[in-house]
Parts: sequence; C-alpha cells; structure tokens
Amino acid sequence: MQHAIDNGHPQHAAGSHDHGHHDQESMKVLGFWIFLVTDCLLFGTLFATYVVLKGHTAGGPTGKELFEIPGFVAETFILLTSSFTSGLAVLAMNKGKVNQLIGWLIVTAVLGASFVGLEINEFLNMVHEGAKISTSAFLTAFFTLVGTHGLHVSVGLIWMIGLMIQLKMRGITPVTRRKITVISLYWHFLDVVWIFLFTIVYLMGVM
Amino acid sequence: MSQHSVNADGHGQSHHDEHDDHGSLKAYVIGFIISIVLTVIPLLVVFQTSMNKTGVIITIITMAVIQLVVQLFFFMHIREGDGPKYNVMALIVGLFIVVVIVAGSVWIMSFNSVVQ
Repeated sequence: MQHAIDNGHPQHAAGSHDHGHHDQESMKVLGFWIFLVTDCLLFGTLFATYVVLKGHTAGGPTGKELFEIPGFVAETFILLTSSFTSGLAVLAMNKGKVNQLIGWLIVTAVLGASFVGLEINEFLNMVHEGAKISTSAFLTAFFTLVGTHGLHVSVGLIWMIGLMIQLKMRGITPVTRRKITVISLYWHFLDVVWIFLFTIVYLMGVM
Repeated sequence: MSQHSVNADGHGQSHHDEHDDHGSLKAYVIGFIISIVLTVIPLLVVFQTSMNKTGVIITIITMAVIQLVVQLFFFMHIREGDGPKYNVMALIVGLFIVVVIVAGSVWIMSFNSVVQ
C-alpha cells in the first residue's frame, strides 16, 4: 500500500524516475482517447440517422407528444452532477485518499444508476403508450440512439463497481490510478454525448 | 498512510509536472457551475422566450457546443499531459468526420425529398 502510493517513483532525483512504466500507462490513456473518438463516430452516425428520420413518424406519435419534460430535465441534471462527482473522485485519488475516492465513486454510481432507472422508466412508459421501436422510423432511430447511450452508462456502472472492488483490494497503484483516470474520461464523455441528446433529441423534439 | 500520501503529493508537485495535470477543486467547481448555466439557458430559451424557431435552434446548439468545450477543458483536461497532443489531434479528426456524417446526411436526405 505504501509502495503503491509512492507511485512507482523510488528515486527522488529529478529526471531519474521510472519513466518506462509511466510512459506505458500514459500510452494506455491515449489509447482510451482513441477509443472515445471511435465512440464519437458511432454516436455521430446514430445522430445522423435520427436527424434524417426524425419526421418519419408513419402516423405514430411524435416527439412532442411523447417526451416528458420533467423526466429528461432531471436526467440531464443527474448526469451533469455525476460527471462532477467523478471529477471529485479523481481529485481524491490525486491526494492519495483511497476511502474518499471510493466514496465519490459510490456517489457517481448511485447518480448513474438513478439516471438509468429514469431512462428505463421513460422507455417503459413510451412502450405502454404504444410507441414501440417498430412503430415508426422515428422511434427506431430514437430508441437506438438513446438506448446506445443508456447501454454505455450501464456498462460504465458495472465497470465502476469492479474498480471499487479493485481499489478496496489493492489501493491506489499506478495501474488503478490509470484505470480511474480512464473511467472518469469515459464518464465525462457520456455526459457530453447526453448534452447533445438533450439538445437535439429532447429540446428540439418538444419545440 | 496519511504521511505517505502527503509525501507522494509533495513529491509529485515538486518534481513531476505531469502529476499536476488533473485539475483542482476550483477548476471542477467552476466547470460544474458553467455547465449548469449552459444547461439552464437552453431550457429558458425553449420554454420561456418567444424567439423564432431558427433563433432557438442556433442558440441551443451553440450552448451544447460551448458545453462540449467546457467539459473537454475543465473536466477531461484535454490540453494537459505530456508529449505531443495526439489525443487532441485524434479528437479533431473524429469531430470533423462526425460533422461531415451528420451535416452530409441531413443535406443529401433533404435534397432527396425535394427531388421526389
């Protein structure tokens, strides 16, 4: 544990620290940025599909009739707050406070879970009102786009729970440090994607 | 434990600039407040003003883009880290392709409906 916090830099003389290991970890973070770019392309194509098919409701319900304003506004603020708390988790990690780090990760995960819960509830209400994925091209595009984002959040939650267990077992090591950096990048990225869903799907849908 | 963490912290700040790159509490709080404001503005524009439709769409998309930039700088620390900025380059290429896909699809599909 003590060694772990020392961060793989046994020598204090400037310039003679363990550069090889550090480079490898920062390469992995760069690799994750590249993954995020490919995810950006995935969401870009789904957004393009949605925007093109938005008006093709085939006589079914439109966004204006379906979207419930309090629901998506609450989802937006919950996700924004969870993005902030995942940032606080990274700050706690930089101070070497493992319990504080796990605490903020739990807050983030609870907010993320309530987001997913609200979204599932929203989808169920829509299906209940007869707005299924097969009803119209608009709804196919809607469920695919918003569902893909929801799936990303759910995967992030499972990943975060796994990391909390690992932190409990191993403490803050260079490896867990990199993993926390990466999941916080992922979480902020999902928040950014949601901002565009909020603007293009929901706000422009209810106008 | 606490003693060691203080050591690690001081050590990081005195010798390794790359460990200062994760932002401060101040930066996160400012980023959070800005992002809340940037979310409230589009809500007000859509539900409280009598602006015309084009104006509303331009305003809310501008807010979303500013929000993207704020999150990248305040939360994701895109500019920081060591070595060449490959992450920035990859992101610019990615965003360019996204804009081409979305704008191109909208353009060609609206042309399609004009022809038919």
